[in-house]
Amino acid sequence: MASLRDIKSKITSTKKTSQITKAMQMVSAAKLNRAEMNAKGFVPYMDKIQDVVASIASGSADVSHPMMQTRPVKKTAYLVITADRGLAGAYNSNIVRAVMYQINKRHASNDEFVIFAVGRVGRDLLAKRGYTIIDSSIGLPDQPSFADIKDIAQKAVGMFADGEYDEIFMYYNHYVSAISQEVTEKKVLPLTDIRPTGSTAAYEFDPSAEAILEVLLPQYAESLIYGALLDGKASEHAARMTAMKSATDNAADMIRNLELSYNRARQAAITQEITEIVGGAAALE
Amino acid sequence: MKTITVSIVTPDGPVYDSDVNMVIAVTATGEMGILPGHIPTVAPLQIGAVRLKKDNSTELAAVNGGFLEIRPEKVTILAQSAELAEDINVARAKEAAKRAEARLEQKQSDTDFKRAELALQRAVNRIRVYEGKI
Repeated sequence: MASLRDIKSKITSTKKTSQITKAMQMVSAAKLNRAEMNAKGFVPYMDKIQDVVASIASGSADVSHPMMQTRPVKKTAYLVITADRGLAGAYNSNIVRAVMYQINKRHASNDEFVIFAVGRVGRDLLAKRGYTIIDSSIGLPDQPSFADIKDIAQKAVGMFADGEYDEIFMYYNHYVSAISQEVTEKKVLPLTDIRPTGSTAAYEFDPSAEAILEVLLPQYAESLIYGALLDGKASEHAARMTAMKSATDNAADMIRNLELSYNRARQAAITQEITEIVGGAAALE
Repeated sequence: MKTITVSIVTPDGPVYDSDVNMVIAVTATGEMGILPGHIPTVAPLQIGAVRLKKDNSTELAAVNGGFLEIRPEKVTILAQSAELAEDINVARAKEAAKRAEARLEQKQSDTDFKRAELALQRAVNRIRVYEGKI
């Protein structure tokens, strides 16, 4: 059996660890609240832009735009949104696994696809597999603003418009609730399934529907990416909070068991001492 | 006087939401004044100022591109970034203008040149809106 001092130091160190995990849990909970609010602030913008795109697309059947046309797929782009740090349970590995699974299924060689990586963990893991990463964005703040993601989003959309690749998928964790996040694959471009969400007014277009789509569609695609990032951030904080909560719970369990064996060892030592004293006294008689 | 509801929405959240008498915005084809009861219209915006007239006062907002959606009783401006005059960080805008000018002076590839030009336009627009010189 371990000595009393060993057990004692183990208890102290476990207690310190649990203090840290507890603090991290609370920090993540606060960040999750903020992230949820950010995601809520984004909803009106997304709804509105979707409304207008849908009403233009459904209102005049003859409008077309390169971003709405499906072309034969020669090359695919994947935009992978992960976190910069670990300690968030299976948050990062779930996404990376899903991406690699799809890539292995769809593509025979590494020349058929490119990757945009948001987040350090995803970038490092995918780069290690030898995949082509054309751009990455790391060190995003916990509450990202649109300006933080604008460059990579514009590049991803711009390269599609230039014909570098023929479709873009993004991978992120969709925030379902504080304890559940789902790996989601979403097609960003081409925009094929835009459905009107509610009542659509018949608009006048100034100067023309085509000119408006020219401005609107890139903006729409970029906001899809930003929306996914906000969703992913909320999931990240939620996943980290859950992971830290279970770490804290495990630490509490461990401390309870250690304290039990500590008390047992102490009791055994006392009993032994008494036996020795009694034995010594009996020997004197 | 009749009023029309105006909201300016960006990805980072709503910027402005109120009733005004008249909205003047710079669209791709030129300046456009919108009064209550306007026919439903969609128009792309240029980097420029949006003037919001209410009674005798005028509020200014710097809008960086995006587009404008008009319905008879509501105007929505959707832009990737927009600020009201009082929310503009003018020191930052001046800094950005300087950076963009420096970049324009070095001859670079076309795309970099274009981006620097747009950055300069945005910065100058912010400064002008902040100073109210429209």
